[in-house]
This record gives sequence, structure tokens and C-alpha cells, in this order.
Amino acid sequence: MSNSTVPRSRAEAATTEADPRAEAPAGGRPEAKRSGRLSLRLRFRRDRTLILMTLPAVLLVLVFNYVPILGNVVAFQEYDPYVSENGFVAMLESPWVGIEQFERIFADSAFWDAVQNTLVLFSLQLVLFFPIPIVLALLINSVIRPRIRAVSQAILYLPHFFSWVLVITVFQQIFGGAGIIAQTLRRHGYEGFDLMTDPGIFKFLVTAEGVWKDAGWGVIVFLAALASVSPDLYEAAAMDGAGRWRRMWHVTLPALRPVIALLLVLRVGDALTVGFEQILLQRDAVGPGAAEVLDTYVWWNGVRNQDFSYAAAAGLIKGLVSVALVLAANKVAHFMGEQGVYKK
Amino acid sequence: MTAVIDKAALDEAAREPRWWQAPPRPVWEDEPSKAGVAGKGIVLAGACLAVLFPLWIVIVTSLSSKKTITEAGGLVLIPKDITFIAYQELLSGGQVTRAAIVSVCVTLAGTLFSMAVSVLAAYGLSRSGSLGHRWLLMTLLATMFFGAGLIPTYLLVQSLGLTDTYLALILPSAVSVFNILVLRAFFMGISPELVDSARIDGAGDWRILWQIIIPLSRAVIAVITLFYAVGYWSAWFNASIYLSDQSMMPLQNVMIQLVQKQEAPVGVSQAIKTGQISALAIQMAVMVMALLPVAVISPFVQKHFKKGMLTGAVKG
Repeated sequence: MSNSTVPRSRAEAATTEADPRAEAPAGGRPEAKRSGRLSLRLRFRRDRTLILMTLPAVLLVLVFNYVPILGNVVAFQEYDPYVSENGFVAMLESPWVGIEQFERIFADSAFWDAVQNTLVLFSLQLVLFFPIPIVLALLINSVIRPRIRAVSQAILYLPHFFSWVLVITVFQQIFGGAGIIAQTLRRHGYEGFDLMTDPGIFKFLVTAEGVWKDAGWGVIVFLAALASVSPDLYEAAAMDGAGRWRRMWHVTLPALRPVIALLLVLRVGDALTVGFEQILLQRDAVGPGAAEVLDTYVWWNGVRNQDFSYAAAAGLIKGLVSVALVLAANKVAHFMGEQGVYKK
Repeated sequence: MTAVIDKAALDEAAREPRWWQAPPRPVWEDEPSKAGVAGKGIVLAGACLAVLFPLWIVIVTSLSSKKTITEAGGLVLIPKDITFIAYQELLSGGQVTRAAIVSVCVTLAGTLFSMAVSVLAAYGLSRSGSLGHRWLLMTLLATMFFGAGLIPTYLLVQSLGLTDTYLALILPSAVSVFNILVLRAFFMGISPELVDSARIDGAGDWRILWQIIIPLSRAVIAVITLFYAVGYWSAWFNASIYLSDQSMMPLQNVMIQLVQKQEAPVGVSQAIKTGQISALAIQMAVMVMALLPVAVISPFVQKHFKKGMLTGAVKG
């Protein structure tokens, strides 16, 4: 990858890294430098089709990703959905209460429970989930029969495409009270069990479901990184007398390091998101004590209890901390000499 | 004589390895130990089994008669008599049939819409240096760093009057910036000479996109189409907060009611009560209906995954 050219923007940096060819303009139009000389009107005439094509996506993003940001003002109101049929009108007419919602949240022990559950789940996922795709990728990469590689990959990728509803119902059939394990135990005269409703192990259950669904899919990125390692390096290492394990330690793992660092950064930046749909689906079965995370806390207070301002305030706290985490994680990555999500 | 033998040996060496045979190892690589190979095989087979075994139970149980299910005491491991009665019952009208139709329609319409918007945007942004290129791209990219939050989004969809319409299941999640970036990176990798020559021949941007870019990008378009389709097919949360009419619900939401809350679907409950069909077989059949389209289609797109995932954007 050549870093000789200075990327024009952060955005550019993100893509040129993955594909060096991206530097070449696809259309053979004059490069940015030259087009700078053209008048704005000429440039518009030249590029209006391109702008027109981009417009639908940009409009959708503006409406559904940017406009709701403004909606966060309800966090500083006492939003009353019954003032008007229309949410926007209701927002205009609701009274302002300053930071009252935030004071209420910080005084609520359920909120701190949700914070704690979120952080515990994040740590569990990091320790138990994160290494598995790496190990699987090393394993698949070491299989030299192409057919076995292809088939095992196809099988391991499959659950990634299942919905959370399906994954959880599948887990019910295995570990639930009427699942195959409890059923077999009972048939042989043992006590049955129901792991799906046990608050004590719920966090491990959530992690296991995540592993079943996405660990196979996680392999893809590492396999690609492994495929890009030059065989010459392995050969040279072997010539120098390095055995299998030492080649893995000194050649393979260093090749994976940037990818691992990047994925860690992404994961830490997203630490407060620990599986909203997945946990929401099981919240009733195990109870909020063990299952409430920040996202479900927002859902419960807002959608269920219709306490919109309170929930929006909780969501805003989560959102702000998340942005700070992404930026901080990138700083750390840069500090350690790795590429983050964007360049310095 | 010797020449003949040599030729045979050469042929032998030059032949492509059959699929069960291992391709030749590089000479510098030592043969792995038997134990090592066995260990790897066991771990890999175990991982595959962990994926397939639960699916096997679900599929077999959905195809079992009430008698077999009662004998097994619930879930069935070994198929005895195959019957499609659960599927017949589910697909003969009623709640599940309607939910399946809703899911198929939302998935088709949504995927088509998302793909159209995304391919256009990816092409529109594929020329660095075009007017507004940087700003438009930044507008999209920035959304990967923040989320507006559930409640403001909910209030917005409600203000726009989308609640209780199927548009609420499509529009809020129609654009995935990640997918646009993947498509864009792929488009940018297409040789500029091709595009140039088309332009010299008088082709405009629409024509270049339709006749050159899209035909050359079939692989990545297949991957992104699958991503979008799976997204729409699997979605349930938006339906759960934006739709209030039970008869509008898609398949995933009906599955939640059916399997998690153990409610019999409307129209089928009679057959279960009279004892013709096991409620368990019905539940498993709904699960199979949810997993089958995905399980059948995704392996065909598999060979393109790597390309699709990596040309754009591990980074996004």
C-alpha cells in the first residue's frame, strides 16, 4: 500500500487504504487539481448527473440520520405526546425543563444497573468472542484442501445471515426448558433445566449466541489478511529453521496485527452497543435485572412507558459517550502506531 | 522405454489434484503430524456441527408427524415419517401465510429500492474531484460515527406519518453507508480506460453506469443485494414499534409470538386443538420458513464475499 500520496480527505483515506487503485479517477475526467481551474458553473454542468445520482441517498440520510439529531432537544423538555397528533408539533409545544431529565436518570439505580450490565457484557464479548474468529481463521487457513475450506466456510458463514429472532429460537430448542438437552436429561431420569431464563448465566448465553451467529463471519477479514501474506516470508522463515509454531508467531501474527488492532478499535468505539435486538428479545424471559442494557433501558422508558424525554436523555448520554469512545479509541490506535478508522 | 515411463510420471505429476486430494505442499514445508491433522479436523468438524446440529433438529421436527413428536417427547433427532402437514396448514391461508407474503414483498421492494439508491450514490461518488464530491461523501460518512438515537428517530417516523405503513419498514433503514462505500470502492477500481472510451463514443453517465459499470460489478452487486435482502428479511424491531395492526406483521414478528410466547397462530389453532398437528411442528415449520431462503441463497453468493467485504471497506 502506498502512502506516498496525501489523501485529500479523511474519507479518501478510509478507502484508499483498502484499495490502492481507488486513487485513479474512474471517469478519466480531469483530476481535482485541474478541475479547480474550471469555473463553478462549468464544473456543475460537467458533474450535475453525478450529483443528481447521489441525491436520493443523501436526502434519505439527511432525513433519517441528521434530522433526528435535532429531535434530541426533547431530552431537555417534558415531551407530551398527547399535545398533538403530530410529534413535531408536540415537540414545539412541550415545556422546557433544562437538565431535569438528566438529574432523574443519574438518580435512578436502574440506569446504573444498565450501565453495569452493558460494561460487563462488553468485557465478556471482548474476552470470549473476539479471539475466536482469529483462531478459526488460522485453522481454516492451514487446511490445504480447497473443497474442505470452501464447505466449512459456507457452513460457518451461514448463521450470520439468520435473524436474531431465529438465532434465539434455535438456542431455545437446544438449551431451553423444552430444548433437546433438557428433554434428553428428563428421559433418562435426570432433572431438566432451562438456561434461557436463568439470570445468573444470561450474559454468557448472550455471548454464546453472538459467537454462534457471527464468529464464523468474523473469519472472513482475517482470512483475507492471511491470504495477502507473501509465501516467500514463510519460505525464508523455514529456511532459517523456524518450525510451524515459530512461523505462526513471527510471520502470521504480525501480518494480522493491523487488522486485529483495527477491529479492536471498532469494537471499543462501539462498546456501549452490546446487542440491542438480541437482548430485547430475551429481556422478558430473564427479567431486566440481568438483561437491561443501555439500549433496552431507552426502549423500555421511551417506547413502552412513553416517557419520551427521559428516554431521549438516556439515549443522548449513550450517544455522546459513544462518539467520545470512537474518537478516543482512534487516538489510542494512532498512538500505538496503527491505522485507526481514519487517518491522523 | 525410459522415455515412456518418464512421460507417464510427468503426466501424473502435472495432473490437477482431485478434490479429495491435497494439493502439493511447498517443498520447504514439513509434513504436519498425524495428531495435528486429527486435532484440526476435530475442531473444524465440531464447529461445523455446532452450526448444523440445531438446524437439523428444527428441520426434522418440522417434518415429523404428531405421533413421532409425542414418542420423542418433543424435538425429534432422527426422522421417521416425513410429512409436510405443518407447512400445508401454515400456507393454506391465515396469519402465517399473510406474514410470509408481507415479508417477501417488503424484502423485494426494500432491496430493489435500497440497491437503486445505493448503486446510484456509489457511482455518483466514484469520481474524486467532481463538484461537491467531498461534501456529499462526508455527509454520508459522518453517519457512521454517530446515531441519532432511538427516541428521536421514533418521533420523526411518527411525525412523518409513516407509522402503520410499510414505508416505516423500508425508508428508515433504506441506506447503508457501509454498503455504498463497498460499491463505490469497487466502481473506482474499474479501469478508467473503459469509461473513457465509452465517453469518447458519446455515452453519458447513465449509460456508462448501466452498460459498463453494472455489468462489470455483478459480483459485488450480488453481495450487497444479499446484505440488503437479509437485512429486510430479518428485521422485526421497526415492525414492532411502528406497526400496531397485528395482521400487518412480517414473518419474524409472527415467529416471536409463536415460538417465544408460545401462541398458536390464528387459523392454525383449530388444527392444533383438534390434535391433527403438533404445535411444536408448527413452530419449527415457521422457523424453517424464516431460515430457508437465507440458507439457500447465501452459499451461492459466498465466493464473492471476500471481494465484496474487502474492496471497500473493512474500514468503512
